[in-house]
Amino acid sequence: MNLYEYQAKELFKKFGISIPAGKHVATESDLQWDKFPVVVKAQVLTGGRGKAGGIKFAKDIGDLQAKGKEILAMSIKGLKVRSLLLEEKLEIEKEYYLSITLDRSTKRPVIIASTSGGMEIEDVEDSKIVKYWIDPTLGYSSFIGREVSFKLGLSPEESKQFQDVLGRIYALYEGYDCELVEINPLVVLKNGKILAGDAKVVVDSDSLFRHKELSENPAERTELEELAFKRGYALVELGGDIGVIANGAGLTMATLDGLTLKGLKPKNFLDLGGSDDVEKVVGAFQILKEAKIRGILINIFGGVTHCDTVANGIAEAKKRVGIDVPIVVRLSGVNEDLGRQILKENGIESYSDMMDAINETVKVVK
Amino acid sequence: MSILVNEDTRIMVQGITGHQGSFNAIQMQKFGSKVVAGTSPGKGGSEVNGIKVFNTVKEAMKEDPNATFISVASPYVLDAAKEAMYSGIDLIYILTEKVPYQDTMKIVSLAGKLGKKVVGPNGPGVTSPFTCKLGIMPNQIFKKGNVGVISRSGTLTYEIVNLITTNGLGESTVVGLGGDPVTGMNYIDALDEFKKDDQTDAVAMVGEIGGTAEEEAAEYIKDRFNKPVVSYITGRSAPPGKRMGHAGAIISRGKGTAESKVKALEDAGVSVASYPYEIPSLLKEVLK
Repeated sequence: MNLYEYQAKELFKKFGISIPAGKHVATESDLQWDKFPVVVKAQVLTGGRGKAGGIKFAKDIGDLQAKGKEILAMSIKGLKVRSLLLEEKLEIEKEYYLSITLDRSTKRPVIIASTSGGMEIEDVEDSKIVKYWIDPTLGYSSFIGREVSFKLGLSPEESKQFQDVLGRIYALYEGYDCELVEINPLVVLKNGKILAGDAKVVVDSDSLFRHKELSENPAERTELEELAFKRGYALVELGGDIGVIANGAGLTMATLDGLTLKGLKPKNFLDLGGSDDVEKVVGAFQILKEAKIRGILINIFGGVTHCDTVANGIAEAKKRVGIDVPIVVRLSGVNEDLGRQILKENGIESYSDMMDAINETVKVVK
Repeated sequence: MSILVNEDTRIMVQGITGHQGSFNAIQMQKFGSKVVAGTSPGKGGSEVNGIKVFNTVKEAMKEDPNATFISVASPYVLDAAKEAMYSGIDLIYILTEKVPYQDTMKIVSLAGKLGKKVVGPNGPGVTSPFTCKLGIMPNQIFKKGNVGVISRSGTLTYEIVNLITTNGLGESTVVGLGGDPVTGMNYIDALDEFKKDDQTDAVAMVGEIGGTAEEEAAEYIKDRFNKPVVSYITGRSAPPGKRMGHAGAIISRGKGTAESKVKALEDAGVSVASYPYEIPSLLKEVLK
């Protein structure tokens, strides 16, 4: 789960990491500030907000209210700006980069640091980046901070502050089950003080049971995805016009790939997961009924999910949901014959082979 | 032989009185696995289909298990895995999904230091027809043979195994690695086992978008593997930035695309299928 900048900075504050003086503003009437100029920053869960006009400087109270209202009315990359962060304008001397994230290859957290900050880390040349992999069993220790700051070539005064920040963001990374903690830029002020100019924190959604104070943010979901999410379905909208219901993430992806290779455009990824419940199947049709589609392909390999359960679900959906586009069904695996019989009794043809079902889908939607 | 599991594998089920635990304990028995003990704190002394239930792993060690099937809820997986490692269990399979990845990272790191093997989390486990199944794969799709299968997904693995079986081939061992960003065994670990296994003559590797595990496996296959490999990669049509169900299946910052994986594998001499159904014919070709 991505946190907004203001939420990430609240966590920074909690962990003793210096941040600019600031204020979170959700309504126009809260657009108040006393020391100008002030930075007005749109709070949206996407990058590139500066380029999109979501970050502006205000020189006085009138300017703040005008620009604040303007940004609050904006949408950036399709996401509505719901709130702002007002912050003091910093006297910046230098910009560094610092993050901790998971390195999937080594299965370890990696510290990434650079004295070239303020830009995308992908654009910084390798020779200017210092990486340090943490052993998850041994954890973080002060010597790591010393090693990293020596490699960065920091001055003694900067080094001391940098090590302090690194130790604290590691504590945050671990304490809040983060996938990413990123400070870009890590600002060195004209007076030599180091603080976090921006803050990006991504928390592992699977860990929210231990972080009850963080409620799930309205993530970047489309209307259809939001509807599915509320009803407990794993759905991803893809923009085509063929509805897909399958079981298991891998098989669902393989189904989408198969349709795409045959020249069709899938509307969605919808994984029934490890469920074995008639109503779960009916519910999937109810969601797809809200989507603009030309046909539905159901691809089931029965394991935990039994084919007869799915067949009963499809038959129920046909009666109750009222789908008016062609439905193509593939059933294989546990209780396949029983499932096929149930479908037959309800006037629905089904296939045993995945390719046959994909080819049939191509035919019926033409 | 087979890899990871065989007729000497003695399985303990941690969380045996739960829905998944009891159902799968019985399914494993039906397959022919030796399920020798189960744990469920507070329910010691009871039985599940003849399997003795204990309060702690320490007590369950009386039955001499050497592998564990963990199906406790995600907040308790780290603890369950530590309990198994404390008692000397060598092979740890974790069924549970939605385990915080930092917990998995700790389990995997500890296991590496202690010389233990971890399969999963969030995968279907390991099956060797018909000596042992440690996991949840459907019993009826297998046939004993000479093809090793490695995959990151569940249902798609069954699809591929079923195709192998119905086309007159068979499997030595099938390994489901799991769909999370961090898992215990990865492709290279499994390939390393298949390399030493005289029952395995070819390997089918099923991959998906996200991470760079397939690319790393391709490097390994090129330089250090001695048997033919065929592959199928899913997620070719997935848009960047969207998580396709599995926590690990996401193309982010241009990394982890299907194209990059297919290219790396083809460069390593692996035949890559466009559709799952092509896997058996590719296997027959390399087994000639």
